[in-house]
Amino acid sequence: MATETHSATGNGLADAVGVEGHDMATAGPGMPQLDFSTWGNQIFWLLVALVVIYFVLSRVALPRIAAVLAERQGTITNDIARAEDLKRQASEAEAAYEQALKDARAEAQAISQRTRDDIKAQVAEATKEADARIAEKSAEADKAVAEIRASAMGNVEAVAKDTAEALVSALGGSADTAAISKAVDNRMKG
Amino acid sequence: MATEAHGAESGGLVFHPMDQFIVKPLFGDGPVGMFTLTNATLWLALTVLAVAAIMVLGTSRRAIVPTRSQSVGELAYGFVYKMVEDVTGKDGVKYFPYIMTLFMFVVLANFLGLLPMSFATTSHFAVTVILAMAVFLTVTILGFIKNGTAFLGLFWVSSAPLALRPVLAVIELISYFVRPVSHSIRLAGNVMAGHAVIKVFAGFAALAAISPLSIVAISAMYGLEVMVAFIQAYVFTILTCVYLKDALHPGH
Repeated sequence: MATETHSATGNGLADAVGVEGHDMATAGPGMPQLDFSTWGNQIFWLLVALVVIYFVLSRVALPRIAAVLAERQGTITNDIARAEDLKRQASEAEAAYEQALKDARAEAQAISQRTRDDIKAQVAEATKEADARIAEKSAEADKAVAEIRASAMGNVEAVAKDTAEALVSALGGSADTAAISKAVDNRMKG
Repeated sequence: MATEAHGAESGGLVFHPMDQFIVKPLFGDGPVGMFTLTNATLWLALTVLAVAAIMVLGTSRRAIVPTRSQSVGELAYGFVYKMVEDVTGKDGVKYFPYIMTLFMFVVLANFLGLLPMSFATTSHFAVTVILAMAVFLTVTILGFIKNGTAFLGLFWVSSAPLALRPVLAVIELISYFVRPVSHSIRLAGNVMAGHAVIKVFAGFAALAAISPLSIVAISAMYGLEVMVAFIQAYVFTILTCVYLKDALHPGH
């Protein structure tokens, strides 16, 4: 296969060279680039093409693109300037906000301090009042306790006399109220 | 087309890599005269249309936020404008439309030449020699107009020792006159070589055994040629800018 290929290649090349040799005799040099009979034609049309391209570019395309680029540059510059302006405004607004926040915080602190003082004063006053009322109440209560104790003593005496009388009569004796009362009194004193 | 011209007498393999460059009339079979409409004419016209499509149609909406086609035009504009400004300086900017014309012509002719069945106008020395000579003559004349005889200072290397200067002047002079030759042959040679190599690979594709390899090789070459198409246009343009800079500021 390989040898076949090689021989075929060889033949092909030989043929090509041979053909080219024949051509050279009939149609000039092997390189069409060096066939000077076509140069006039190519140069003429080349110059036409270049002139057309030059006029299309210099009259229409390049000014247009330059204008578009300049306009874009202008737009970008404007936008950047506006963005900077907005940024400055934003930072000013932020500073104002910070200031307001600081003021508000200070005011809040003052208010809470004042409120705390107020409440402390009120609490102190209320405590004093409550102390006074408690003292009054406890004095009242002491008096009531003394009264109750006194009345309770009287009650005890009466109950003792009654009980003694009832006991005496229950034991079959005749109750002498005065004697019983005297005895009970003695007992209670003792 | 190649087989038509030469017949199928060679059997398996047919190599006519240069046939794609033959200039022939579009209509009829007569000789190629000065004003004959040829395949070269057709593809030059298509190049003009492509330039107009990109630079005029694409930018017709003048959008602040560009569309894709407008971006291509603006990119080309910015690319060449920056190149001119960077290389030649501020005072070279007024020659920007001429350089833009050269760049757009060369780059689009190169790319159109890559279309299958197309004709690569920039593969012809007739085209590139005219472009290079136009640049050479313009730059030389402009150099003398702008600087008078001071333009000859370009060849007199004042930073070199005095004894060396005449020798350097001769070398500089030769290199100056070789410029249009290298300028034109570089472009046409690159384009022609790439197209011819692709055609040679295509000729091998006739053999079933190597046709897959051949197709891979054609694809790879095509990719390379796409790069070459742009790079050669870029090189051609930037060299033009360098020559223009020499004309405007002839000092070393």
